[in-house]
Amino acid sequence: MKKVLAKAYLYFLLALLYAPLLFIAIFSFTESRVLGSWTGFSTKLYANLFTGGMNGGSALTSAVINTILIALIAAAVSTLLGTVAAIGIHNLKGRKKQTMQLLNNIPMINPDIITGVSLFLLFVFLKVSQGYATVVLAHITFCTPYVVLSVLPKLSQMNPNIYEAALDLGATPAKALWKVLVPELRPGMVSGFILAFTMSLDDFAVTFFTRGTIGLDTLSTYIYADARKGGLTPELRPLMTLIFLIVLILLIVINVRQEKTKKKYSK
Amino acid sequence: MVKRSTWSLPYFIFMVVFVVLPLLLIVLYAFQDGAGHFTLSNITRFFTDSDSLQTFALSIEVALENTLICILLGYPAAWILSNRKLNRSAVTVMLFIMPMWINALMRTLATAELFNMLGFTLGKGTLLFGMVYDYIPFMIYPIYNILMKMDSSYAEAAEDLGATPWKVFWKVTVPLSMPGVMSGVLMVFMPTVSTFAISEFLTNNKIKLFGTIIQENINSSMWNYGAALAFIMLIIIGLTSLMGDNKQAEAEGGLI
Repeated sequence: MKKVLAKAYLYFLLALLYAPLLFIAIFSFTESRVLGSWTGFSTKLYANLFTGGMNGGSALTSAVINTILIALIAAAVSTLLGTVAAIGIHNLKGRKKQTMQLLNNIPMINPDIITGVSLFLLFVFLKVSQGYATVVLAHITFCTPYVVLSVLPKLSQMNPNIYEAALDLGATPAKALWKVLVPELRPGMVSGFILAFTMSLDDFAVTFFTRGTIGLDTLSTYIYADARKGGLTPELRPLMTLIFLIVLILLIVINVRQEKTKKKYSK
Repeated sequence: MVKRSTWSLPYFIFMVVFVVLPLLLIVLYAFQDGAGHFTLSNITRFFTDSDSLQTFALSIEVALENTLICILLGYPAAWILSNRKLNRSAVTVMLFIMPMWINALMRTLATAELFNMLGFTLGKGTLLFGMVYDYIPFMIYPIYNILMKMDSSYAEAAEDLGATPWKVFWKVTVPLSMPGVMSGVLMVFMPTVSTFAISEFLTNNKIKLFGTIIQENINSSMWNYGAALAFIMLIIIGLTSLMGDNKQAEAEGGLI
């Protein structure tokens, strides 16, 4: 009985959470310009998406490409910077360590709008013209702390003797780093990278304030401008549905694999 | 072992330039007029402008309500998810985090359209519902995380000593999970106060929250007043994170 109630509650919440997503998915199969009016089944919006014959022209395509490129660059740089930083922070002691951890926490506590406005003022103050580079820098700023937090636990779990053993056995420090330290940290780096990538993909406020006036659009700013004009580009519906499906499949595959390996080890 | 503590140096410099300096600039601009002279007028303007004050009060109110609803709905969900007798599948947990991967603006627009289609008038009610949609995963996840890590022997000890399940829950589980709740509050409260776009979409531009007026001022080149508003928000962030002892919450609640 208790179990049934508990399950019912979970599914009720999930139904609420997924209702808007389902709504988009359903209306991705009709041609109507307005979300919510059904004008008969059609896969034309999907076809438009792949042939580029979109109502909004190529602006949506370039927004998608920008979003992915910015997220990839920001996540890659954040992972590098964050991993090096984590190794440094792990080896710091006392006051210095605390200061670094505090600094690392600030971008995570700050709401997006504060990060956005403060970086906007920085670029204005330094008279840097805003565009791709400033957006990428801004994304690195709010992504790196998450990488640091993903890598730090791996460092404290690691047995420091392995690294020293490699040195004793004649490995150069560079080789020991590459062959011993990096493999140990890899899971933390991977989850940090994924986290940074998704944070960057989903960002709106920070991009909004740091993109300048050159007409640079990511998916978020494109949707914002679109909605303000009234009426979303209909092709956004199939796009969101596809993104949703890809993420869902990826997550399920990852989870099933994890559960399988867990079972293997527990046997 | 080679001294690796110096490896934190590049990040330190990066953080000073891209985190500390920008925050100081907010303070600097907040206390300057357009010509760069020191002034308090931006701050006094906020406290004497009834529109800004009303928006501010409304934002705090909506954020408090949103946070409270997220705790009330999210805590039981996190508890059920973490209970091995009630839920054994990691996929259910994942389903709760999943919506975070879909563009928040798109989700919000869809929510607003759904309300429209169902015949609700967009206003404070739909704003609150939409906010809960957007933020509840951020409340569930840290609480779930801390409940999973919790040592079950405390609860068992309480049971052995004769506490009823209800009492065990209130006297052991809830207090031990507070850091998770705090980290959830941090991830829901301030972001709600500061959202823009989301509140505009959900109320059809009828209700503005604090984030929106910051954005409007910055975008119409009133940087100094915008910075002053951001400065006021910074002070509130400082206060809430002091209250929440964020370091512990961040470390124990974990983010993702």
